Amino acid sequence: MIRIENLAWRAGAFGFSGLNLAVPEGRYAVLMGRTGHGKTTLLELLCGLRSPTAGRIWIGPKEITHLPPGQRGIGYVPQDGALFPTHTVADQLAFALRLRRRPETEIHTRVQELSDALGIAHLLTRKPDGLSGGERQRVALGRALAARPQVLLLDEPLSALDDDTREDLMTLLQNVQRATAVTVLHITHHLAEARRLADLLLRLEDGRIHEVPRDA
Amino acid sequence: MRPGESRDTPRTPSTPRSSRPLLPDPLWIVTGLITAAYLLFLLSLLGATALHSSPSDLLHALGSRQIRYAFGLSLLSCTLSALLSLLVAVPVGYLLSRGRFPGKAWLDAALDIPIVLPPMVVGLCLLIFFQTPAGKLIEKAIPFTYTIAGVVLAQCVIGTAFAVRTMRGTFDHLSARPEEVAMTLGCSRATAVCRVTLPAASRGMFAAASIAWARSLGEFGPILVFAGATRMKTEVLPTSVWLELSVGNLEAAIAVSLLMVALAVLVLTAVRMAGERL
Repeated sequence: MIRIENLAWRAGAFGFSGLNLAVPEGRYAVLMGRTGHGKTTLLELLCGLRSPTAGRIWIGPKEITHLPPGQRGIGYVPQDGALFPTHTVADQLAFALRLRRRPETEIHTRVQELSDALGIAHLLTRKPDGLSGGERQRVALGRALAARPQVLLLDEPLSALDDDTREDLMTLLQNVQRATAVTVLHITHHLAEARRLADLLLRLEDGRIHEVPRDA
Repeated sequence: MRPGESRDTPRTPSTPRSSRPLLPDPLWIVTGLITAAYLLFLLSLLGATALHSSPSDLLHALGSRQIRYAFGLSLLSCTLSALLSLLVAVPVGYLLSRGRFPGKAWLDAALDIPIVLPPMVVGLCLLIFFQTPAGKLIEKAIPFTYTIAGVVLAQCVIGTAFAVRTMRGTFDHLSARPEEVAMTLGCSRATAVCRVTLPAASRGMFAAASIAWARSLGEFGPILVFAGATRMKTEVLPTSVWLELSVGNLEAAIAVSLLMVALAVLVLTAVRMAGERL
């Protein structure tokens, strides 16, 4: 699960304080809110890419507030996928496992398993320049899932895609979440996308996160 | 839209306006003429210099032992100074691009000092620094004043400033996001930079080293003041041009100048070809 308590962050005139959130284990939470209200900053605080000025963060039973990003057990997919420009798709999927010095046979098996599940097995030798928007997001998702994180953070992963590709990826995200039971926190501006994916719909407004009833 | 013309008025092929042949915008004509005039001027300079000498004069001058030594020292010192410039430029460029700290604007301006200082002054500053107690201590380990190491150092001071600019631009154009994602996957920041950012910056690194190399090849003022112009010791190609001119040997000066032009064209071509492959 993801739990944050009284989280505060400030940079110049922008910031928030007293932010609380709880996403139970295995749930698919979607966070909505207006642009510039700190949704992306919240994900960066959860990832450890920014340090909070106050408050505490837990992933499962473990407090991670001051842990380095790589030790938090989080998979992160930013808005544009942010693929590594010089790595092939296979290298991107293997990246986290190679860092953990896993045996090559295990890495190979995991890369095949992920590429089959995400429909990118035919792209393994390509570099990011040769991929479409939807393919990039699939690779970014596979790269984030490779080391089997407890939590998956998605920052508007479908915002730059056409309707058909978005529909395909929404189905894929649902399947992946059901298959892995990973806890997801997904940020989006699209209400239809949120309603389709969320089993916990949240809104960040006036410096507070509150649950939105599914039928509201 | 002209007065009286409706916004919805369709433009048919029969209207006089659309049947006129399309003329280039006057801005393109003016900028094209200025570019052509400038290019013609540059080519005229090179052409006039080349035509002032004969092939036999060229071969005779380039056969001289001193000029062959200067050629070898130029290649060696420029390569060393380009590599050293890159060693400094990569971390400094990264800090300037990604770092957020007080006084960053001042640091940015300070790193341009070698670019804005007159070259002779750079040489004089080097000469004076190595007369201070700190400088004398360094010279006990590696003698710089009036040595080949001094030639490399003088080239490095200028070359590094240009390489830093190039590397900063390279890192500015690379998104920090992939590096951050690598950190969430288990990298420290240093590992993320080495595994993700530097491979993506390889083209910029090659460009920075090439710019430093080319700047070093043409460096004269700081080398003359700090490393001297002793034949068969600290003589590089620009020093040869100056020494030959000072004794009235115009043919040799032209021959060395043309050799430097050929080297510059060679480097430029290599950079373009490698840049496309990287």
